[in-house]
Amino acid sequence: MDDLMLNQFLLLGAILFATGVYGVLAKKNAVLVLMSIELILNAVNINLVAFGAHNGTIVGSVFALFVIAVAAAEVGVGLAIVLLIYRNRKSVDLDEVAQMKG
Amino acid sequence: MLAAETVTAGFFLEHAYVVPLIMAASFALTLGIGKRLGRHASWIGIAAIGVCFLFAIGANVQWADYVQDSEHAAEAEHDDESHAEDEGEAGTPDSEEEGAHTEGVGTTSGEDDEHALGAASDEIGPSVDGETASARAPPAPAVEEGEGGGHAEYEVVPVTKTWTWWSNGGVTFEAGMLLDGMTVMMLFVVTLISLLVHVFSTDYVAGDRRYTHYFAFLSLFSAAMLGFVMAQNIVQLITLWELVGVCSFALIGHWWEDKPNSDAALKAFLTNRVGDIGLLVGMIVLFFAAGQTFDIIEINTLANEGAISHTALVVASVALIAAVMSKSGQFILHTWLPDAMAGPTPVSALIHAATMVVAGIFMVARMYGVFWNGLVIGGSSVNLLAVVGGLTVLGGAGLAFVQSDIKKVLAYSTVSQLGYMVMALGVGAWTAALFHLFTHAFFKAGLFLGAGSVSHAVHSFDMKKDMGGMKKFMPKTFWTFLICTGALIGIFPLAGFWSKDEILAGAAQLGGSGSYTAFLIVGSIGALMTAAYMTRCIYLTFFGEFRGGHADTPDEEHATVSHGEEDHPVDEDHAADALDHAGHGDHHGEPHESGPRILVPLYILAGLAVVAGFVNVPDSGVLSWVPEGLALQFEHLFEPKGGYFPSLTEAGPAGVTFAHPTFDLGIAIGSTVVALVGIGLSYAWYFKGLGPHGITGRNRLARAGYRFLENKYYFDHLYTGVIAAGFKGPIARAVNWFNQKGLDGVVDGVGKGAVGGGRFVYDQIDQRFVDGVVNGSGFAAEGGGQFFRQMQTGKVQQYAAILFVASVIFAGVFIIVI
Amino acid sequence: MDFIQDWGLTAMVFAPLVGVALMMLFPRDAEETHKLIAMVASLVTAGIGIAVFAEFDFDQSGTLQLVRDHAWIDVINARYEIAIDGLSVPLIALTLLITPLVIAYSWNHFPEPHNPKAFLALILVLHTGMLGTFVAQDLILFFVFFEVVLLPMYFMIGVWGGPERQYAAIKFFLYTLFGSALMILSFLALFFLTGAETFSMTGLAEEVQAADIARGTQILVFGGMFMGFGIKVPMFPFHTWLPDAHTQAPTQGSVILAAVLLKLGTYGFIRVALPILPEGAEAWAPWIGLLAVIGIIYGALGCLAQTDMKRLIAFSSVAHMGYVMLGISTLTDFGLNAAVFGMVAHGLITGMLFFIAGSIKERFHTLEIKRLGGLLVQAPRMGWILGFCTMASLGLPGLAGFWGEFPAILSAYQPMEGLPVETFRTYMVVAAIGTVFAAGYLLWLYQRTAFGTPSEEFEHDENIHDVETPEWVAWVPLLALILVLGVYPNLVFQVTDDSIVNVATSIAAAVGAGG
Repeated sequence: MDDLMLNQFLLLGAILFATGVYGVLAKKNAVLVLMSIELILNAVNINLVAFGAHNGTIVGSVFALFVIAVAAAEVGVGLAIVLLIYRNRKSVDLDEVAQMKG
Repeated sequence: MLAAETVTAGFFLEHAYVVPLIMAASFALTLGIGKRLGRHASWIGIAAIGVCFLFAIGANVQWADYVQDSEHAAEAEHDDESHAEDEGEAGTPDSEEEGAHTEGVGTTSGEDDEHALGAASDEIGPSVDGETASARAPPAPAVEEGEGGGHAEYEVVPVTKTWTWWSNGGVTFEAGMLLDGMTVMMLFVVTLISLLVHVFSTDYVAGDRRYTHYFAFLSLFSAAMLGFVMAQNIVQLITLWELVGVCSFALIGHWWEDKPNSDAALKAFLTNRVGDIGLLVGMIVLFFAAGQTFDIIEINTLANEGAISHTALVVASVALIAAVMSKSGQFILHTWLPDAMAGPTPVSALIHAATMVVAGIFMVARMYGVFWNGLVIGGSSVNLLAVVGGLTVLGGAGLAFVQSDIKKVLAYSTVSQLGYMVMALGVGAWTAALFHLFTHAFFKAGLFLGAGSVSHAVHSFDMKKDMGGMKKFMPKTFWTFLICTGALIGIFPLAGFWSKDEILAGAAQLGGSGSYTAFLIVGSIGALMTAAYMTRCIYLTFFGEFRGGHADTPDEEHATVSHGEEDHPVDEDHAADALDHAGHGDHHGEPHESGPRILVPLYILAGLAVVAGFVNVPDSGVLSWVPEGLALQFEHLFEPKGGYFPSLTEAGPAGVTFAHPTFDLGIAIGSTVVALVGIGLSYAWYFKGLGPHGITGRNRLARAGYRFLENKYYFDHLYTGVIAAGFKGPIARAVNWFNQKGLDGVVDGVGKGAVGGGRFVYDQIDQRFVDGVVNGSGFAAEGGGQFFRQMQTGKVQQYAAILFVASVIFAGVFIIVI
Repeated sequence: MDFIQDWGLTAMVFAPLVGVALMMLFPRDAEETHKLIAMVASLVTAGIGIAVFAEFDFDQSGTLQLVRDHAWIDVINARYEIAIDGLSVPLIALTLLITPLVIAYSWNHFPEPHNPKAFLALILVLHTGMLGTFVAQDLILFFVFFEVVLLPMYFMIGVWGGPERQYAAIKFFLYTLFGSALMILSFLALFFLTGAETFSMTGLAEEVQAADIARGTQILVFGGMFMGFGIKVPMFPFHTWLPDAHTQAPTQGSVILAAVLLKLGTYGFIRVALPILPEGAEAWAPWIGLLAVIGIIYGALGCLAQTDMKRLIAFSSVAHMGYVMLGISTLTDFGLNAAVFGMVAHGLITGMLFFIAGSIKERFHTLEIKRLGGLLVQAPRMGWILGFCTMASLGLPGLAGFWGEFPAILSAYQPMEGLPVETFRTYMVVAAIGTVFAAGYLLWLYQRTAFGTPSEEFEHDENIHDVETPEWVAWVPLLALILVLGVYPNLVFQVTDDSIVNVATSIAAAVGAGG
């Protein structure tokens, strides 16, 4: 894979990452936020794979696999929390969830 | 060297050291038990000085024998030259014999220890080469030798005696007695004058409240001076020189209740101290230059041999001249001397005739080897010593004109006459200087005591206000005063004529190019002025109308005449009052002649003023008929002969020999004429009222001149007003200010700074910072918590935002750094 | 006697403390007992001192005698090493003389607040400190005694002093302590630098030579000692504690301070600083000389400005100690001898002057010169004594003061080889000029206090009487000594000469070898 290709992958990663960040910060819905986190993680995954391919190693791909696995777990836990919140408050609006306020 | 077997010093010479000791004992005794004896306290002093006087006469007689013997011995030795070889063995004066009583030092073999004679250094004897020990050179062989040629080059070894005094740096220094011609002469002069002053004082200060103190200090004064003249080394010389100064301090300030008197005493002492700087420095230079010895003979000998560098001698001479200037009242340190008139009159006589001021002259004469070689006196026609002397002759005489106080006239006259002596020493006429000292002692003491006698009668010293016509009341005092004045002026054949003439002859004949011409002129002008001011003094005092006798003269210097015809009770508590009253005494009616205790000393002194000059009658020129046994006896007996004095025959390091002036009829007549002219002018002015009287009122120049004289050339203003006041006032205050505000300010500042610093440390650092940190950590933790809890919104998104921003920042930093 | 040989010095030094211990047994109001004990203690001390001097071999005064050397503080190898030689003998004699005289003077002159018990006890403690300093041959021992002196003096000034006593006492204490601190630093530096790890004075002198310490280091170490001793002397510009301390101290304190305490500094120079650090001494000598002559002139000018008699006398000490320091700075046997003589003479004369000042204060209740006058009329004998002392103080030949001054001036003409001759000759001339100033301020003082007539204020004051018995007892020995030493100075010179020659030759040798 040459440099041009790498750049495009990185660009894609950056876009996905930015979108994800936007989602995490701006969305009120907890589910959307979780999805945005997924976007961020996958942006990273793209980068890892792209670098791995660029350097001719499989380390990147291995890392990406790990990330996917962790992300799956994370989404699982995250959705469970969201579900519980919804049950308690009948809402998944993050602005209202401020029990952790010190 | 001498053949010692035949020359022995007699008892009086060997034991002359007791003379000052007697006087010192008299001082202690008078002070100790004098109060109990009351009026009789003076007998202690009179008895002591009487004994000393007899002792001095004995010493003089024996000295004459001793000189004779030395001469004969030298003659004998000349006949038998084989002896000459053994003589070079004599030890040096500081031969290191241990123990206190190193008696005599020149221990030639076979010599009886009892009569051991101090010898000068072993190298100096002419007999070392066995040639020059000739007994008698052919008469007048050379011009330079002048009349001295008759007395050949033989040596008169001074009689010495030493004791261990102190040691330093492993070297032992000695105190001792050095007796040679000049010492013996001074013994006679000092004891005689002192004796007469003692006798005179018994009447003059009778009734004084500090009668005993007065006599005690008179004794100590004599002791100091007698010790001074026989000092064997320069430390002793300095010691007694200062002691003389202290005694004069005590006596000048005798009536210390009045501030002017104590001021005068202080001035005398301090002025002398200024000169003493020179004395100390000069003597120290000599000490090291002569290879660490204080011995006077050795220093002089080395100087004569050229063993001391010329630079050292010059420095030493100049420094010592400063000392002479202060002690002997030479310009420009003369100002204390007239002020010293605040003391009782007999003390003035003593100071001016025999002690204090003579010490300076004596010191130069004593260290003549140093001056002679240092200033190259024999080979120049002008030198510092002569210039100082010459200046003083004229300066002093000028001031004597404007005084209205009879004692001040005499004081300035002394200044001027001392100038003659210094000048004589400066031109190389050593003998003339000492001879003038000798004659001057008698007639000046006579004049002072005469003035005392007059003031005793009128209770004042002011010639213009309280005297006049005294001839009528006090004929005896008048005649003695007149004779002494004649001697001072130098009228033939009185004493002053011979001595002054010898000085003038010296100025005319000695020196490098044959004469010290400038000083001959100075001397002659001085003679003219002397004649004139003394005539004025005589006129104001003894002729004209009696101006005194008025009831009360508020500004009269009564404090300086403290006695009455009656005995005042000595009242301790109201002494000051008693003193004042004593001054007025029973002062009524006309003044009358003084009593015998005052007159007898006057007779004696007047007699001596007549005859003293014949001691050194020259035998040359028109006087060549004078038999040899009578002529130049002063020179013969009292001029040192030996290696420690400039040699008559051998040229010293400067390439000149010492010489004597010869009698010159022209100069004798000339000086007499000059003196007569002076008398004549003054006579015309005062007695006849001729001349432009009142010119000081009309002519600005004359007035300025008069004022210049009246203010004593403004020296007093300079010393007292500028220098002394400057040191006492602004400079001392400035130093004190510096000390208090500067140095102490720094110290106090450091202290205050330390205290302030401490307070700062405590307040700011300890209380605020250290404690603040401790407290602050608590506060900070709490405050920090409060602050950070603001961020704890509980909103996950906010956290995420922060997280993101933070990672962006870190990433940015990371990128920039990497 | 063996006992004296072995224990004489120790007994002499600590005898006063025995007196103090005895005094503790009696209550405070048993004043007569306290006086008696103090007097006896000081006399016993003097007696032991005389026995010691009898044992002392004056023909061998150059060597240390009656040596006693014990282990003391093993950790730092400080030893109890005491001995005397010709250098210490005159100063010990002076101390032995002054203390009984001070106690005799105290008999009816106790300053306020009374309390003789404490006052006399302090004097005795002071006595021990002073004697100890003069016998110590170990630097730490020396330092301890040197400091022991401080505290009693501090209390004497601070408790019995004049109106400004607190200030003066603290100033005195801090000043001296500051110097001491630098001094002990120097001692420690020697201890370590030589590698010998000893504090013995004699040992160190050799060790320093052997160790070949760099010249710069020597100069620095000497500087420390210079501060310590120089402040004590006191040398310009470290003298400002002196006028205050003297002025505020009670008479007895002033006398001891002037007579003995100041000598600790100069003694320290000759005993410690010069022999141990000859090269440092050589480098410092011109500066010491300079400060000395500045002190001479400066002290004299300061005197002229004083309005208080006691303060004037205090200032004169600065000038007089200048002569002593000038003698020391020449590093010649002549100058050092002069310095030792100057110490003794100054002790006698200035001590005497302070006695008189105290007595005047007691009678007139003031020492302001303006208000005094006519002392000779009201108390003629005291006036005479004052006159005698001023004469002695201005260095009149024939009295003791001269023999400290003259040889010191003399020695400056030819300082030790290697020192700048021209500089020292200049010092000589300045010092000679100083004698004029000395005469000036002293005679002026005398004129204003003794001459003239009493001022109206005191004219009929019943309180003003002539010298009384305790004063005679205290003064006569001093006056006699001033005269005797003046007439026959060899009494001191022959004792000190050998030791001094040793010191001077060792310095010259060391400097010659080193430079």
